[in-house]
Amino acid sequence: MEEKIIIDLKNISLSFGEEQILKDLNLYIRDKEFLTLLGPSGCGKTTTLRIIAGFLEPDSGEVIFENKNMNGVPPHKRHVNTIFQRYALFPHLNVYENVAFGLRVKKMPEKEIKTKVNDMLALVNLKGFEKRNVNSLSGGQQQRVAIARALANEPSVLLLDEPLGALDLKLRKDMQAELKSIQERLGITFIYVTHDQEEALSMSDTIVVMDSGVIQQIGTPQDIYNEPKNAFVADFIGESNILDGIMRRDLFVEFSGHRFKCLDSGFEKDELVDVVVRPEDVEVVPAEQGMLKGTVTSITFKGVHFEIIVDIKDYKWMIQSTDYQEVDSEIGLLITPDDIHIMKKSVYSGVFGDYSSFSEEFDELSDVNEEVED
Amino acid sequence: MNKKTSLGNRLVASPYLLWSVLFIVAPMFFVIYYSFTNSAGAFTFENITELAKYTDTFLRSIWFGVLATIICLVLAYPIAYIIAQTSSNAQRTLVALVMLPMWMNFLIRTYSWMAILQDTGIINTFLNKIGIGTIRMINTPGAVILGMVYNFLPFMILPLYSVMAKLDKSVIEAAQDLGGNRLDVVRKVILPLSMPGIASGLTMVFVPSVSTFYISQKLGGGSFDLIGDVIERQFQQSYNYNLGASISLVLMVLILFSMAFLTKFTTEGEGMVI
Repeated sequence: MEEKIIIDLKNISLSFGEEQILKDLNLYIRDKEFLTLLGPSGCGKTTTLRIIAGFLEPDSGEVIFENKNMNGVPPHKRHVNTIFQRYALFPHLNVYENVAFGLRVKKMPEKEIKTKVNDMLALVNLKGFEKRNVNSLSGGQQQRVAIARALANEPSVLLLDEPLGALDLKLRKDMQAELKSIQERLGITFIYVTHDQEEALSMSDTIVVMDSGVIQQIGTPQDIYNEPKNAFVADFIGESNILDGIMRRDLFVEFSGHRFKCLDSGFEKDELVDVVVRPEDVEVVPAEQGMLKGTVTSITFKGVHFEIIVDIKDYKWMIQSTDYQEVDSEIGLLITPDDIHIMKKSVYSGVFGDYSSFSEEFDELSDVNEEVED
Repeated sequence: MNKKTSLGNRLVASPYLLWSVLFIVAPMFFVIYYSFTNSAGAFTFENITELAKYTDTFLRSIWFGVLATIICLVLAYPIAYIIAQTSSNAQRTLVALVMLPMWMNFLIRTYSWMAILQDTGIINTFLNKIGIGTIRMINTPGAVILGMVYNFLPFMILPLYSVMAKLDKSVIEAAQDLGGNRLDVVRKVILPLSMPGIASGLTMVFVPSVSTFYISQKLGGGSFDLIGDVIERQFQQSYNYNLGASISLVLMVLILFSMAFLTKFTTEGEGMVI
């Protein structure tokens, strides 16, 4: 990865009335990287994107593009292009004219426009659609037109605001792969906004996890998943059991009434910490062989594995296992040092990680809320 | 729908049918009937040939109507745009303000303009006080067109506003994002997308302007006869229903032609708002 920094956001703050949307945000974006802003609705990710595009001005802080301050520069003078959430195609223009829009504004000669538009339509697999009315296209096709239209302008940075949110799951997967390959082929920077953690993990070079207008963690997908910084990140990315623990000394942590070996060090003696154990890392064994013992309270078949909720000392754990367990039976858990991740206490401690209120229905309800963007 | 309409359906539709026959078909029939008969009830083309006398009046009506319509469009477009940009509360208030004059009687509003424009009116009294002297305003073509613009402006603002309020903000942002400055955005996105509103507004202002009679009498002082005035006189004073009907018929045909022309050039199959 080239180390040239293309966009630098410094101390950005923004409020709408009483509500503070972004709080002293600092973020730099490297040239040619695929960076994802990930977070629940209302976390400020779309706002950050709109500040980069120039549709919003921060109350304070600097927006720097290639070492030039861009504060106050209107959107049409910025060398970035946006893919909007609901595509925002021009309904009065056909596919060809939609893609040619930016080129016509630039007063490019007609011949060059033709070549460029054809190239772009070929890039997004829409050859032969030139004369089609954009309203007659499917969601996926409209999305492709929007991508072609934005890329025709040869932006150095492409901003994508939940571009796949309105597509069905299958199409979304295909488009994810396609976007990633377009980004790699053209070698331009993508800044991608989503609330879908799976999308973020599978596409990004760098993930920025945000909540309540504050960046919680910046890192590669592996970093974010394996080494979450706090309970919010651990909970938002994948499933996690988050427990209260005490660091007895370096490499030894105590939780759920048992002392475990771990790989973490650098904490105070007897410091209170949050402990993350991913459901897929735990091994289920007969009760007498387990480090921890608990009662199965529910089991759900998920296809690749069973999702088992286990009550251990009044704390509900989620375990993923390929073996079926009877409800009310007692099972043991084996946790190796590699499976344990220790985090410092934060404002999010105690908020997440217990599966006692967990139900499929509840989970889906909260997902629906996330679809409605800030 | 291929299904035969049941008796029930027909019964439900009958009041509407009756209404149409009574208030649309019957009057039209009488207009056409009177146009092609003389006072004795015999068939004749006389009424139509007699219209040649009124060529000047026809042309003046159309000319004034076109001017008033264009002025309305130029005034209403930015007003509608500005209203559509404000918060939804402000939009409600501003739209109410646009419609407010329409709650007052049309005749009273036109009379007030007489009081404002005449030689001893408000404006001239003021101009005299500051030493500029009287400027002749009433009984000029300008006064007639002002009357039309004033009375029919809301009919232009409202359809334009309703189109602009529905414009997708992100489409405008997309145009800016693709490098369009303000002018590009208006010319290439807002204007073409508001065409249905423009077409409706043009129709709704041109039709009453071209056929108005009261405004020209009061603000034009009778020196700028419009076709509406001629029709009114045939019915109210000369009792020549036949000639009056034939002028109405020709005016109607003229309006239909100009509307067809307008629709062809402003809406490419999108249809009007109202």
